[in-house]
Amino acid sequence: MTEVLAAPGLDFAGSDLSGFVRPRADGEEGVELLVRGARCAACLRKIETGVGAVKGVSHARLNLTTGRLSVSWPRGRAAPGDVVRKVEDLGYGCAPFDPAESKAEEDKEGKRLALALGVAAFGAGNVMMFSVPAWTGLSQELGIGGRTLMYWLSALIAAPCALYAGRPFFASAWASLRRGKANMDVPISVAVLLTLIVSFSETLRRGQHAYFDAAVSLLFLLLIGRYLDHKLRLKAKGAARDLLALQAPVALRVGPDGAERGVPVREIAVGDLVAVRPGERVPVDGVVEAGASDLDLSLVTGETLPERTAAGARIAAGALALTGRLVVRALARAEDSTLAEIARLMEAGAQSKSRYVRLADRAASIYVPTVHTLAALTFAGWWIVGADVRTALLRAVAVLIVTCPCALGLAVPAVQITASGRLFRRGVLVKSGAALERLAEIDTVIFDKTGVLTEGRPRLISADARDIARAAPLARASRHVLSRALADVAGPGPAALDAHEVAGEGVEAIIDGKRTRLGRASFVGAATKTATETELWLGVEGEAPVRFTFADSLRPDAAETVAALKARGLKVSILSGDIALAVERVAEALGVAEWRAGMTPAGKAEAIAALAAAGHRALMVGDGLNDAAALAKAHASMAPGSAADASQIAADLVFTGEALSVVVEAVDTARAARRRALQNFAFSALYNVVAAPAAIVGLVTPLIAALAMSGSSLVVTLNALRMAWGGRRP
Amino acid sequence: MNIIALLAPVSILLALGGLGAFWWTFKSRQYDDPQGDAARILYDHLDEAPPARDADALQPKRRPR
Repeated sequence: MTEVLAAPGLDFAGSDLSGFVRPRADGEEGVELLVRGARCAACLRKIETGVGAVKGVSHARLNLTTGRLSVSWPRGRAAPGDVVRKVEDLGYGCAPFDPAESKAEEDKEGKRLALALGVAAFGAGNVMMFSVPAWTGLSQELGIGGRTLMYWLSALIAAPCALYAGRPFFASAWASLRRGKANMDVPISVAVLLTLIVSFSETLRRGQHAYFDAAVSLLFLLLIGRYLDHKLRLKAKGAARDLLALQAPVALRVGPDGAERGVPVREIAVGDLVAVRPGERVPVDGVVEAGASDLDLSLVTGETLPERTAAGARIAAGALALTGRLVVRALARAEDSTLAEIARLMEAGAQSKSRYVRLADRAASIYVPTVHTLAALTFAGWWIVGADVRTALLRAVAVLIVTCPCALGLAVPAVQITASGRLFRRGVLVKSGAALERLAEIDTVIFDKTGVLTEGRPRLISADARDIARAAPLARASRHVLSRALADVAGPGPAALDAHEVAGEGVEAIIDGKRTRLGRASFVGAATKTATETELWLGVEGEAPVRFTFADSLRPDAAETVAALKARGLKVSILSGDIALAVERVAEALGVAEWRAGMTPAGKAEAIAALAAAGHRALMVGDGLNDAAALAKAHASMAPGSAADASQIAADLVFTGEALSVVVEAVDTARAARRRALQNFAFSALYNVVAAPAAIVGLVTPLIAALAMSGSSLVVTLNALRMAWGGRRP
Repeated sequence: MNIIALLAPVSILLALGGLGAFWWTFKSRQYDDPQGDAARILYDHLDEAPPARDADALQPKRRPR
């Protein structure tokens, strides 16, 4: 899981992290850290031994599965910064974990399901000790008394197990019924409870139609499906959360004494002073008090060009400081920052999404009334033709038991977990099974431009090789994006040693005895022309300045991806916050006819809503904060792992890695998963067409019910698993 | 037939023992870190006990290094 984490580690060790220390029992205190890159036994030993040896630390424990390192020490004896530095010295990425969040992510639901699954497995296995003798020829040898004894013993095991293991279903069914709806769990609960009641009454009457084993093995099979579904969501959620934890949990608060202390972003209050170092994101909306820097706003507005800022300017949360250190006075708390409006829009989008009815539930809405009507008719029919109430009731219950909803409860999660496992290996995190189902239904793909279709960073497009070589030493000495793009082209080499950077202007150094400058036009004294491209000037003392132009280049496989999507009958369009000229050029290069530029976050969300109103189902692929609302609103959404936090939270799927073609792959996989799920529904319908009449005429004995149920479950599960094998074929 | 009266309770008890063992391993958090536990047995000095139930409430177990 850790190799998909591509976020850059920030340098936390240098700042005071006391805001992350939480008290523990017995006079100890400690921090929780997220460690990146630890995968093997040797890593575990290195980290635990190394951190354990840090001065003052009494205990260090790394959870290799989740990557969480818990360190504690007697109160006041150790500095968290030392611990972080130690982990980083050992060669691992490391970030402090907000303890409030770590508390909240305890997986209670998973534990409940795992325990229920364990109990159901115990019940399903052991009830057979008594069910099998009762079914087989032994029953003649046992006689009626022996058979009834066997049934009582089955009941002793099955009834408590079924009642315990069924709790997740009962709770969900009850919640659904109270809202006046019937989900999948209603027929399951009814079938289990009715089976138990009828089996008890049958055993009391010393009859042969007791189905204790069926009740508990039904729950066992369904719980497997439920558990897989839960694991899928948890895994994706955990991976997404780890990405976020590495990005910006820490803000540097400047105290009255001028010292910087790292605190969780949410603890920043209005009026606090916050330091933002080059390479960090601005944590809250604020006013610049001191310092100057170029700001990369690409995640906030989608604009590619860095914007210069200085004291007195208002800046928005999410902007990336590129060149200089800023001290910002907070104007809003993190929750109320620029993000607030976006967050509200996201919430509205998420609400419309929660109204989506999953495939299994849609099938259930047909299945439930059909099966229950059939059971009722069976009862009424037998009663009318003169059977006694007991026989009529038994036949009706046999219908309920034998028309097993396993294809819905087990096969769909099994398909989805194999599908998302396949995507996970290609670097795509699927947040939920419902996300895959929605992705399979899209007919339109909407791309954001910056950072999705393009690489989101400028690349040198026109310059002379000789000029590049002359500018390279200066470019290597600077952290500015344009300098880095230039240095990339120049390749490795020496950096100008005495270079000094003037924030927001450029770099200057003496090379071969001449004062050489690289930066803005005004910095090198050149006459500036307004251009759409970003530009950088090289000025050597006594020579005419040279211009380098940059453009945000397309991802290498963008054109291919757009073509592949069109070939699948999908409509492709671009919604961007950037200027029209830049968007037009990209749209033309990719052969996208429909594009809109200069879109606001609300505008993007409205455009998606308009599409939805026209009956289209859109997949939104975006990475900026300005896309978050649209991502939440769209029928399905994807965001790259480099996206803003909010966008990653809003998106259904997050893809890591450079390739855009995974979008095509995700759509294909989602469609294949849907096909497979529908196949399973078809099979289960076929099975029910055979099984239900048999139950109605009274051909179903407890043995046949048990065989038919597990047989059909096995078939749909195997068909689901073909998804994993099928992945190797093109 | 009488043997059933003995074997049935014995087999139920055995099975309950298994269920109880599962319950105990679950409650003592032995499934929290399957990867880490597989690695821990390779080194003598690492703490092999499952993690404390609640990091905030309980004293973490300490082993001689």
